[in-house]
Amino acid sequence: MSHDVQQVRSFEHPGQGRKRAKPTPKGRQIDPVAAQEIEMLLRDRPRRRDLLIEHLHLIQDTYKQISAAHLAALAEQMRLSFAEVFETATFYAHFDVVKEGEPNIPPLTVRVCDSITCAMLGGEKLLEELQNKAGPGIRVVRAPCVGFCDHAPVAEVGHRYVLDATASEVLATAAGGKTDPIIPDYVDYDAYVKNGGYKLLGDLRAGRISKEDVLKALEDSSLRGLGGAGFPTGRKWRAVLGEPGPRLMVVNADEGEPGTFKDRFYLLRDAHRFIEGTLIAAHIIDASDVYIYLPTVHLRRGAGAYICGEESSLLESIEGKRGLPRHKPPYPFQVGLFGQPTLINNLETLFWVRDIVEKGAAWWTAQGRNGRHGLRSYSVSGRVKNPGVKLAPAGITVRELIDEFCGGMADGHTFYAYLPGGASGGILPASMDDIPLDFGTLEKYGCFIGSAAIVILSQQDSVRGAALNLMRFFEDESCGQCTPCRVGTEKAAKLMERPVWNRQLLEELSQAMRDASICGLGQAASNPLTSVIKYFPDEFKDAAE
Amino acid sequence: MTKIQFELDGKQVEAKPGETIWQVAKRQGQEIPHLCYSPAPDYRPDGNCRACMVEIEGERVLAASCKRTPTVGMKVKTASERAIAAQKMVMELLVADQPERETSHDPDSKFWHWAEKVGVTESRFPSAERWKPDSSHAAMRVNLDACIQCGLCVRACREVQVNDVIGMAYRNHGAKVVFDFDDPMGESTCVACGECVQACPTGALMPAVMLDEKQTRVVYPDRKVDSLCPYCGVGCQVTYNVKDEKVIYAEGRDGPANHNRLCVKGRFGFDYIHHPHRLTKPLVRLPNAKKDANDQVDPANPFTHFREASWEEALDLAAQGLVRIRDQHGPKGLAGFGSAKGSNEEAYLFQKLVRTGFGSNNVDHCTRLCHASSVAALGEGLNSGAVSAPFSAALDAEVIIVIGANPTVNHPVAATFIKNAAKRGAKLIVMDPRRQMLSRHAYKHLAFKPGSDVALLNAMINTIITEGLTDEQYIAGYTEGFEELKAKIKDFTPEKMAPICGIPADTLREVARLYARSRASIIFWGMGISQHVHGTDNARCLIALALITGQVGRPGTGLHPLRGQNNVQGASDAGLIPMFLPDYQPVERNDMRGNFEKLWKQELDPVRGLTVVEIMNAIHAGEIRGMYIEGENPAMSDPDLQHARGALAKLEHLVVQDLFVTETAFHADVILPASAFAEKEGTFTNTDRRVQLAREVIKPPGDARQDLWIIQEIGRRMGLPWNYNGPADVYTEMAQLMPSLDNISWERLVREGAVTYPADDPTKPGNEIIFTTGFPTESGRGKIVPARVRPPDELPDDQYPMVLSTGRVLEHWHTGAMTRRASVLDEIEPEAVAFMSPKDMRRMQLSPGDFIRLETRRGAVEVKVRADSDVPQNMVFMPFCYAEAAANLLTNPALDPFGKIPEFKFCAVRAEPVELRSAAE
Repeated sequence: MSHDVQQVRSFEHPGQGRKRAKPTPKGRQIDPVAAQEIEMLLRDRPRRRDLLIEHLHLIQDTYKQISAAHLAALAEQMRLSFAEVFETATFYAHFDVVKEGEPNIPPLTVRVCDSITCAMLGGEKLLEELQNKAGPGIRVVRAPCVGFCDHAPVAEVGHRYVLDATASEVLATAAGGKTDPIIPDYVDYDAYVKNGGYKLLGDLRAGRISKEDVLKALEDSSLRGLGGAGFPTGRKWRAVLGEPGPRLMVVNADEGEPGTFKDRFYLLRDAHRFIEGTLIAAHIIDASDVYIYLPTVHLRRGAGAYICGEESSLLESIEGKRGLPRHKPPYPFQVGLFGQPTLINNLETLFWVRDIVEKGAAWWTAQGRNGRHGLRSYSVSGRVKNPGVKLAPAGITVRELIDEFCGGMADGHTFYAYLPGGASGGILPASMDDIPLDFGTLEKYGCFIGSAAIVILSQQDSVRGAALNLMRFFEDESCGQCTPCRVGTEKAAKLMERPVWNRQLLEELSQAMRDASICGLGQAASNPLTSVIKYFPDEFKDAAE
Repeated sequence: MTKIQFELDGKQVEAKPGETIWQVAKRQGQEIPHLCYSPAPDYRPDGNCRACMVEIEGERVLAASCKRTPTVGMKVKTASERAIAAQKMVMELLVADQPERETSHDPDSKFWHWAEKVGVTESRFPSAERWKPDSSHAAMRVNLDACIQCGLCVRACREVQVNDVIGMAYRNHGAKVVFDFDDPMGESTCVACGECVQACPTGALMPAVMLDEKQTRVVYPDRKVDSLCPYCGVGCQVTYNVKDEKVIYAEGRDGPANHNRLCVKGRFGFDYIHHPHRLTKPLVRLPNAKKDANDQVDPANPFTHFREASWEEALDLAAQGLVRIRDQHGPKGLAGFGSAKGSNEEAYLFQKLVRTGFGSNNVDHCTRLCHASSVAALGEGLNSGAVSAPFSAALDAEVIIVIGANPTVNHPVAATFIKNAAKRGAKLIVMDPRRQMLSRHAYKHLAFKPGSDVALLNAMINTIITEGLTDEQYIAGYTEGFEELKAKIKDFTPEKMAPICGIPADTLREVARLYARSRASIIFWGMGISQHVHGTDNARCLIALALITGQVGRPGTGLHPLRGQNNVQGASDAGLIPMFLPDYQPVERNDMRGNFEKLWKQELDPVRGLTVVEIMNAIHAGEIRGMYIEGENPAMSDPDLQHARGALAKLEHLVVQDLFVTETAFHADVILPASAFAEKEGTFTNTDRRVQLAREVIKPPGDARQDLWIIQEIGRRMGLPWNYNGPADVYTEMAQLMPSLDNISWERLVREGAVTYPADDPTKPGNEIIFTTGFPTESGRGKIVPARVRPPDELPDDQYPMVLSTGRVLEHWHTGAMTRRASVLDEIEPEAVAFMSPKDMRRMQLSPGDFIRLETRRGAVEVKVRADSDVPQNMVFMPFCYAEAAANLLTNPALDPFGKIPEFKFCAVRAEPVELRSAAE
């Protein structure tokens, strides 16, 4: 049987077809080849939502970029929408999303740190030289603080850091294909155990020492969160313990604060001490799972976003989303990771748990200077003779720190100013060198100690320049969620680039950013700016306003 | 619930639990500035714009009042110096990057309104570089230079409508609203629901029609009228914006069914009423215009076949033709098709015309083609054809089954609630041979073999019974027939059914357990269940599932056949079907007819009339000679169109009442220009049993008239003493005869806009959930009827090796008469397409966009083919809206024996490539 196709006269169908029908359904179609590649890559890994960032790393590491075809295939595999995977992938600096028609990313990327200390010590020049000299197979990009400020300037070739870098050394490293990380000497498991490691944990688990004993030791020691917020550690653990389970624990080792490099210092050299502290905490709060958030090492990786040092955006990031800070309340100890009560501690905080419990709270509190208690790991960088992580008494002044721990100022440099707390802790002049550096001592000057990243500036440095460098850092690292920070940092940087600062407007803006930003980044981003206006009137002498 | 006492600007106030500071202030009569916060339903406060900052005593920083809930004793200052300074600074930062107000995309936007109110319309800050306009979409314009990254569009797209197209990509001040992978909107997966446009506070997202080519808003409405959407059974409430007596834009209203949400058809598909093809004068067939099944008339120039006539002449001719046949050949020589697109009043009056004017029960409408089998099964089992719970009950369910339905296409707004439920953690199980948009949200998609529904469902019933997952108490209290089912279901083990339906036995078991064990399970179904020769059996299985597990009559449970047309529920309720008088009173029952005969002052035919397909057959048999077709298009919607068109052309007298010269009107003797939805007042009953009032937005064009008036005029000319003074009159009469409308007066509808039946009291809301304590059957019990496995009528063979299934696309409605004349819908889906799996296409060496020839035992068409991986292998899916390649030329008219519904979802087809015809176009 055969039928004639009914001949339809053009007028008969009401749709006049101003356009042509699409040959495929709406939007981008999944490329079968890309789909197969992604399936091969993921294999039997779970397709859970919170693993999105991990899977993006997998693609980035394998293909040195994330093509639109792969991204679409990943979305399909994970049963996520295109928008969901795209917005996450493009939020993090370490992912290179390449759309159809765009050039491929060269196989090797060199990241040159442009944050404060590196910028002071020739980072810009290094960047410029590398951009001029690098061949076509190498991409040279700026990067925010990589945490080797004591060896500024720094470049990262693939995953290999080149310290005290020169352009020729960087290029030689690249040419030699030496792109894997260097691991320094460290205390291994046997050595750690030999020196009494994991005994405390064993005692705790066996009930030879009670949870209460540990909590009491922490409370008596007044150990505070060394990530920068300074919340009393014992109290935090108790707060989480007071919430109904299941409870989770997150270790924040993101350490993105420019000038800070202490956490990595301890992690690379004595990881078991921190792990024991972590397991003690997990035992005490009865955590069902522990997540360790590290900027680069495998476990749960960040992907290049300073904001993920903020504890609630870190949670978002672990959940596989864009790292947007959450509104508080509720606090993470109430509603944290995956909606569960969550203990979040900085790596160094946990590092000290064993020592405090073993040696007693009194041992900890006996340390300190100028009326303060405990020890601090100061990350000192800039114009001093011997920069580095300095374990010093809490409350030490910057002058004492330079003279006693850093061998004085670098040759030819005169102490001019200092950052007492990384990028957001403000800037103080050398004349204010007698303030104890600790939690609570700097606030009255509009500054804070934060993670104890001390950057020393000399007469060769401009504090206005430093403030602009820091504001640009915040401008880049703002997550973009709230207006005061997203637009405020951008406008502030624009205003600060001008030869003459509109100090009135900048002050107004600073106040609004402090008052109305969602998280600490925006609230503190203007600290350097307001410090400069307040403490460095000389830098505005020539400016007719 | 305890209230929270706190201090707001020095005054003691109370907050309800969960209420935010902003909401309390609003209740107190104060509106705190806000941009990223929308008080519209279902929008989560996000607190990102920081325009609503307030000062809370004792807190270091300010708080976003839209998000913050007060605690007891909290002291809040909404207008302290700090709060005001922050509010103003936020505005000044945003104003810096806005386009000039006068030439902006919406000078009347919420943003500018607040800028003015806060007193900051100028900025001291330098402006930043912003994004270029995106004009790629047929309906909307994207101008991100006005974007304030507030994310309302993201929430609209992702959290409210869950279409998941819009994202906020990148970061810092580069954070950007993107479609998919930062693609042009028109090339993205956007389904054009327009929710983002409705949510956008700045004009960055606008309906295209409001902007000139410089992207400046130039169009402002003269007035707004609240009414409803004319398309599907969801029953969305709409506000129409009118300028110069033309509808220019539709906005979603906060109706109980739609919470402001609309889909592309409801929001952008309204302008068919202004199409130049619109009929504005009655037409009468020219004496020399012979009728032929294959004849075609140009709707833009019908004068090859018709001439204009006065209403007087046209009505006389129309009625005289009907009267002549009735008088010469008896009442059975006539039949009428009403429409599920018309109001309850029109449906009621039309069936009354047929029953009293024509004198028979030969009246039907397109319900026959959609849910007749569902209604047959529901009537048989529960003595009620309506849903047991509204679709929003999905939000209370733990397990949701969607079977044989594609709601994101056919009931898009209902689908949003199902997606909302799935996002909140409900387990969604989709069962359909074709994958669909819902599949991504589903816990499981069971892509069973086409036509194997009963095997699949019986395996589930078998599992539930053999594993003891039944609700014995419910069965004992509220059902009958369980023992018979138990005996008959023994053979339908998952192992035996698995090869038939193509779903592994373990999956069948898992899904059965999920459904039976959950606290609350609900079933939604569509035409994939009903449009089979075993459609009634399919529905019987669903009813049995609910009855043996007690998953009906409680919140979050139920049986919900998703009704297709905006008033298919109401038209059926009003008696626009051949076997029932209004409210499903069987015509054969002498005790039931009395009321009607009394009020209508006439004896009624006690024999049930013919159904849609039966009427076509009766015309060919010479039994029916004349028809009155109001707003239906059987020349496109019937199966085996050649047969149906032949019947229409064979009629001695055909009166068609419609907006356009439809394919059915090609064969008319008289065409009466009718009123469109937006031009009439009346009540419409949605899929939830919600009776809603539509209002006249504009007047019908030219000499087009109200349908109700036309029906009455025909009635009068057939000797009926009618004198209705509009829809209120008719409604009042029908409400007297329909107990379902008790306590729902016309006045109440005018006042409340929507009332669900049954309503127990004129002042209380109607009952959303029914069957809470048994069923309206004589025994009060729900009857369980076992179903047997029966294959589709026409199986693939060597000659016709593939399966053809028909349905719809998102943009086009039914036979396309309206939507293909809606400019946006036509632009998005402009041509006839059939859908095939990419694998089949590769096998046949077809490229996407090639033409194929589809042939069945009944006909052949040539059509463009779209590669769609949702379509299973060996299937061709085809929308039936395209006149130039009418799918129903191919479909099988075999009927379900109970519902008399044709098997639109399954017939054997051969597909082959054809030489590119498009070159000639």
